[in-house]
Amino acid sequence: MVNDVLFWVIAAVTVIPATSLLFARKAVHIAMSIVMVMVGLATAYVALEAPFLGIVQIVVYTGAVMMLFLFVLMLVGVDQREELKETLKGQRWIAFFAAGGIGTLLVVQISRVTMPVYRPDNPLVGEPDVIAVVLFGKYVLVMEVLGALLIIAAVGALVLTHVPRLTPRQTQNERARARVLAGANPVNKPMPGVYARHNALDVPALDPEGKPIPESISRVLKARGQTRDGKEFLPPSKSEGIEQ
Amino acid sequence: MNPMNFVILAAILFSIGASAVLLRRNAIVAFMGVELMLNAANLALVAFSRLHGQLEGQVMAFFVMVVAAAEVVVGLALIIAVFRARTNISLDEPAELRG
Repeated sequence: MVNDVLFWVIAAVTVIPATSLLFARKAVHIAMSIVMVMVGLATAYVALEAPFLGIVQIVVYTGAVMMLFLFVLMLVGVDQREELKETLKGQRWIAFFAAGGIGTLLVVQISRVTMPVYRPDNPLVGEPDVIAVVLFGKYVLVMEVLGALLIIAAVGALVLTHVPRLTPRQTQNERARARVLAGANPVNKPMPGVYARHNALDVPALDPEGKPIPESISRVLKARGQTRDGKEFLPPSKSEGIEQ
Repeated sequence: MNPMNFVILAAILFSIGASAVLLRRNAIVAFMGVELMLNAANLALVAFSRLHGQLEGQVMAFFVMVVAAAEVVVGLALIIAVFRARTNISLDEPAELRG
């Protein structure tokens, strides 16, 4: 039989994080609490003598499904705000009463049922080899259909997320030509610090006359104000000839 | 402890998931509510499998997991497609169709 303490630990570890679905604001927090719920459920499966399902639960749910959810959350933008105004009037209360009602109904009815519990000396444990005999014996056709379903789902996801290209692809040649026609300098910009006495990224390169080339520094560093003008690396006699 | 208690736990989790589906506007959060409902059903199946001493319940729970994995893949792809079209994944957006 299942240990009492284990049951209450599993109940706490599943129900408390699950309530974050109702009360938490950020979707990432909800996803992480659902991961916790899945781990708790895996423990419950192992406690109910289904170790294979417990492992599958960890691998499939916490490992794959919830991580997929997190990937999509990152893709969609973690800071998607949920608007709180109600389009349907009183929907929140109706939903609360409907869900609470079904919960109360189920709990009350289930707690009235008494079932004979199967308790032999060596209970039937859902080890992988035992499950495999059932899966690939009696339910082999279902397994094959499930395989087809998974392939169809994968192809369907690819089709749904595929974006067809509306304009012809621009080749590198065309892009280079357009840039030169627009009057850009055909030569690469010098790297920062190459001809200077200092090879850090925040120091401009010096041209052959010894003057700094300001455009050799990344404009990100310039915007942050993290550049140096290179004056301090010149010999003192030349430093008057350089203006910024 | 009687495995029936796990069925009650499954009922509680199921109603939490159902209320999340009914209450939340964010499509991804509502989808997680659906996942929680599927898992609650799985817990009930495994508990019944333990009660009756038969493996069928565990096998069915395994099938539910596989179907749920396929469903998640397609559902999340749909959410991404909707997000590309509307830059929003609120479930209330279709209300604009009323005009």
